[in-house]
Amino acid sequence: MMIEARGLVRTFKTKRGQVQAVQGVDLNVADGEIVGFLGPNGAGKTTTMRMLATLIKPTSGSATVAGCDLAEDPVGVRRRIGYVPQSGSTLPEAIAGDEVVDHARLCGVSKKQAIADGQRMFDELDLPGLWRRQCKTLSGGQRRRLDIVMGLIHDPKLIFLDEPTTGLDPQARANLWEHIRGLRERGATIFLTTHYLDEADALCDRILVIDHGKIVASGNPEELKQQVSGDGVRLSLTDASQAPAASKIVAELDGAVAIETDGDVVAFRIPKGGSILPGLLRSIDAQGIELNGVEVRRPTLDDVFLTMTGRSLRDEDHAVPADEEAAA
Amino acid sequence: MRTLQETWIVFNRAMRLSLRNPMWSILMLSQPLMYLFLFGPLLKPITAQISQGATTNAYQVFIPGLIVQLGMFGAMFVGFGLIAEYRAGVIEADRVTPASRIALMAGRVLRDVVVLVVQSILLLVVSIPMGLRAPWGGVLLSLVIVALLGATFASLSYSVALITKSEDALAPLLNGIAMPLLLLSGILLPMQIGPKWLQRLSDISPLKHVVNGVRALFRGDIGSSSSLWGLFWVVLLTIVGLTVGARTFRKESA
Ligand SMILES: Nc1ncnc2c1ncn2[C@@H]1O[C@H](COP(=O)(O)OP(=O)(O)O)[C@@H](O)[C@H]1O
Ligand SMILES: [Mg+2]
Repeated sequence: MMIEARGLVRTFKTKRGQVQAVQGVDLNVADGEIVGFLGPNGAGKTTTMRMLATLIKPTSGSATVAGCDLAEDPVGVRRRIGYVPQSGSTLPEAIAGDEVVDHARLCGVSKKQAIADGQRMFDELDLPGLWRRQCKTLSGGQRRRLDIVMGLIHDPKLIFLDEPTTGLDPQARANLWEHIRGLRERGATIFLTTHYLDEADALCDRILVIDHGKIVASGNPEELKQQVSGDGVRLSLTDASQAPAASKIVAELDGAVAIETDGDVVAFRIPKGGSILPGLLRSIDAQGIELNGVEVRRPTLDDVFLTMTGRSLRDEDHAVPADEEAAA
Repeated sequence: MRTLQETWIVFNRAMRLSLRNPMWSILMLSQPLMYLFLFGPLLKPITAQISQGATTNAYQVFIPGLIVQLGMFGAMFVGFGLIAEYRAGVIEADRVTPASRIALMAGRVLRDVVVLVVQSILLLVVSIPMGLRAPWGGVLLSLVIVALLGATFASLSYSVALITKSEDALAPLLNGIAMPLLLLSGILLPMQIGPKWLQRLSDISPLKHVVNGVRALFRGDIGSSSSLWGLFWVVLLTIVGLTVGARTFRKESA
């Protein structure tokens, strides 16, 4: 096991009282896995990761990270991990290449090696010619990739990535996914957080879904989706005022769950969504409700999250570019 | 050995950044220079009184105060730089490396000390045409005292910065400490010319003894009790400052 954590708890004292950021997390990550920590903002992803990376002490609980006990041998942990924080790791005034080299040297890499590896990684992560640039002159996406170079420069065997693709355009994200897969092929283990469903789906061997400081589901993306009962059905109405009536018809269907009305859309989940559709459409027609479109979807990770928590991951993140099937 | 190497890496990085943006160092030097040019001349007429009859010139009394002030103020505000680094994520990036926590602090403190010593030398050089005369040995020892004082205040400033993590908390705190410390240390004028109650009050301030010590060194009284007390206090302050700093860096970095 690369990571083995038991009962991790972390509470923060703030002016408004205690925040229970992480409330008893158990997790295992095997050698060579890419494991994704999926959850909405404030779920406790960063806090868990910072505990595992020795940056904050757990309020209680224990963990072995890369073979070293978190409490007994934090330096041993630090020797073996790379960590890309959620929010930057370079000074705006500093020169990009200098930051990389200094960081690598603190990790015990020689200067020569650091320069060679750093410049190679600048090329791989599409930062050509930016080695001598001041960090503040880089674009948001370039700085994000610089953070990633910083975290990976010493070729760690366990890599923590906190929301690595936030702020990257789709092409850069795809490129980074490739890079991460490449790292795994070279033998690294990767533990990343994300609130992008498509990222978790496409990149991760296994997903841990976290909400309110607790892991609510875990498994590979397919397993997780199978746990969700039924397909998602979305009815788009021509007239939003007819939504309550449509919602009432849906409620009478056998096995319909998670019925939600949002403006002119009525959404719900039901086993064998395709086969109930003809009957449903007839009932709707009989009530004089006009439909704009109908969509039936196989369960997604968002449905998994919805089933586990009663909330959608998507509600708070309208910027999810992919995984958005066109209404057919 | 490893810690020294890491200190050197951190020092180099910090120094490079200071040299890239020397504005701050220049600003810190402008304050004592202003005292030197705009306040120093006022001292000439009262030299006889403040030197208590000894055959010293005004600048032998005044410049020691200024370099102690420089050592103190120049280092006191370095915490702001650390907060900027913290906000940028640099401190966390440092802390996730296996580098010694002491090195992360010591490298930065060393940079501050070097900047201060260079500033002090500049100040001394421009004071020569103004009339400063002092023995080499005394001046060198004084620079050592400034360096130690700088190390003390820099590590204390970093500690407070790491604990508060906020400019808004740091600024009033530092100003609240700096003003009474400045006034009670006899930095501008020796406390001896003041009333008894003020002298007693100023005895509390270890900095007063440090300033007196530097004044003695500038007079050439290297073995005098004033200079020995000054050295004693500055060494004690340094031990306290560096210990607090190191502990904070270790604790706050979990
Ligand atoms: N240093 C801190 N002080 C106080 N509260 C914190 C701190 N760090 C995180 N929290 C709180 O803990 C909860 C979990 O935060 P975080 O782990 O950053 O979530 P995520 O990374 O999943 O978005 C949030 O409610 C957040 O406000
Ligand atoms: Mg986070």
